[in-house]
Amino acid sequence: MILWSSNRLSPSRTDMLLRRSLGLLTCLAASVVVFVIGFVLVESLPAFSEIELSRIISDDTWHPADPDNATFGLIPMLVGSFLVTFCALLWAAPLGISIAIANEFYPSRFMSPIVRRTTEIMAGIPSIVFGFWGLTTLVPLIANIQAPGQSLLAGSIVLGMMILPTIVLTTEQALHSLPNELAIAAAATGVGRFAFLWHVALPTCRGGILSGVVLGLARAIGETMAVLMVSGNIVQIPGSLFDPFRTITTNIALEMGYATQTHRTLLFLTAAILIAMVVPLMAVMQSLNTEQSHG
Amino acid sequence: MRKIIALKFSLFLLLLLELSGCGISDSAERIVPQRLILTGSSTVAPLAAEIAVRFEGQNPGVRIDVQSGGSSRGIADVRSGVADIGMASRPLADDEQDLFSDQIATDGICMIVHLDNPLISLSDEQVKSIYLNEVSNWKEFGWEDAEIVVAHKADGRATLDVFVKYFKLKNPDIKADVIVGDNQQGLKTVTGNRHAIAYVSIGTARYEVENGAPLKLLHSGKIAPTPSTVASGAFPMTRPLNLVTKEPPTGLAKQFIEFAMSAEVHDLVEQQSFVPIKN
Repeated sequence: MILWSSNRLSPSRTDMLLRRSLGLLTCLAASVVVFVIGFVLVESLPAFSEIELSRIISDDTWHPADPDNATFGLIPMLVGSFLVTFCALLWAAPLGISIAIANEFYPSRFMSPIVRRTTEIMAGIPSIVFGFWGLTTLVPLIANIQAPGQSLLAGSIVLGMMILPTIVLTTEQALHSLPNELAIAAAATGVGRFAFLWHVALPTCRGGILSGVVLGLARAIGETMAVLMVSGNIVQIPGSLFDPFRTITTNIALEMGYATQTHRTLLFLTAAILIAMVVPLMAVMQSLNTEQSHG
Repeated sequence: MRKIIALKFSLFLLLLLELSGCGISDSAERIVPQRLILTGSSTVAPLAAEIAVRFEGQNPGVRIDVQSGGSSRGIADVRSGVADIGMASRPLADDEQDLFSDQIATDGICMIVHLDNPLISLSDEQVKSIYLNEVSNWKEFGWEDAEIVVAHKADGRATLDVFVKYFKLKNPDIKADVIVGDNQQGLKTVTGNRHAIAYVSIGTARYEVENGAPLKLLHSGKIAPTPSTVASGAFPMTRPLNLVTKEPPTGLAKQFIEFAMSAEVHDLVEQQSFVPIKN
């Protein structure tokens, strides 16, 4: 703290200037988030008076634009969002964590740099490219097993590939930040590599690893375009891995440009629900990160 | 040293101000030329954009903005005054009769299947039975034993409206396997899946086939899906491509709509594989 001049009684003018203008810019950036959330909420407010909100849960299908018999069931899409995220995590999280462990604890001079570069490249591929690959390559393969190919399976494979690099990179970073003393102490006491990994490294890094998984989870729930191309977008609760489904986000992307009146308002309401789902996730991640830095 | 930093920093702030200042003066300039905003159908938008470029070339000082977002959106924007002209790839609905529409071209909608599929034509009854899931296997049409993958459009799309109205179906009754957004996604679904069937704009489908996509446009009964059968009215499932205004068009809007309906742009209409209105 002594190194910082902010403790001095008369701070320099440059510091004051910098401090104020940076403060202003920070407020500006933060207010954008407030405005976005506020806008979504204001736009979704009319929904409360236009329809009975319980219909979101009680209706079993989604035909908001039907003139005679409109239905507003969101449950199949909420279930779709959660199922595809869960299935993606189910394979991407263990694989991602294992890759990170392999890179950190059992590095091979030949493979590790290749794996690391590949992961970094994967992290940078735009989601639409994954979606396009899924639609033209993966979906026909799955369709050979069972039609139509656009399915929960296709969605979770594509999503998993997208969150894999996030999980690998955060886990690696967490393992990498282990104090060197721990490794030295382990070596000195004759603890083997696996015992050290299992009893020391992983428990210590639990917070960091989990926050990577939560980050992947948040990305998976919010992902839209790639899922839109491979999920088939049928509003239904998928009965098996081969059934098509629709998520909350793809529903907004599919219909927003075409929606008017109540339909449009309801799409804003779904966006508000999505925010309400993601914000607690972010809070969980924040607390995990704090735990990590204290541990 | 500190002074230099302060100087640099104030220069940086000045630059920020400068940048935001540019933004302001830029938008002020935009108001000066005559401006026309078109929004709506993603089918009409590419054609309208081409026509706009030619119109701007002939009328210096005019700027035309074309934004796509679906027919219903175009109509809503015209109502609210956000757009001067709305683009709609369907006729006006009953509750839209207070608006004014001018047809600039005709488009057909046809069923498409994968090139491997031996099918050549489908009758209306057959299409209906496929979309209501009364028939669900290609075996019934004399092909291999495989489930029919039915692709359908998302709610609110004009193509869906035309399809549902023509076959007198109710949207909630349709049992689809895949719901697609735009024409392109429909085409990709069929090229990627040998057992899929979809309905798309004839213009877009023909363009894809010419570029080597493994697709087949199905005849409707005995009538082939070609621009000439669409033009003659022989092909059953067609739709008008309309420009919609709130009031009878005046001024620049009138000038543009008349231009879009004139023979001067027929080559552009044909380039997009639509059928120009000739009279």
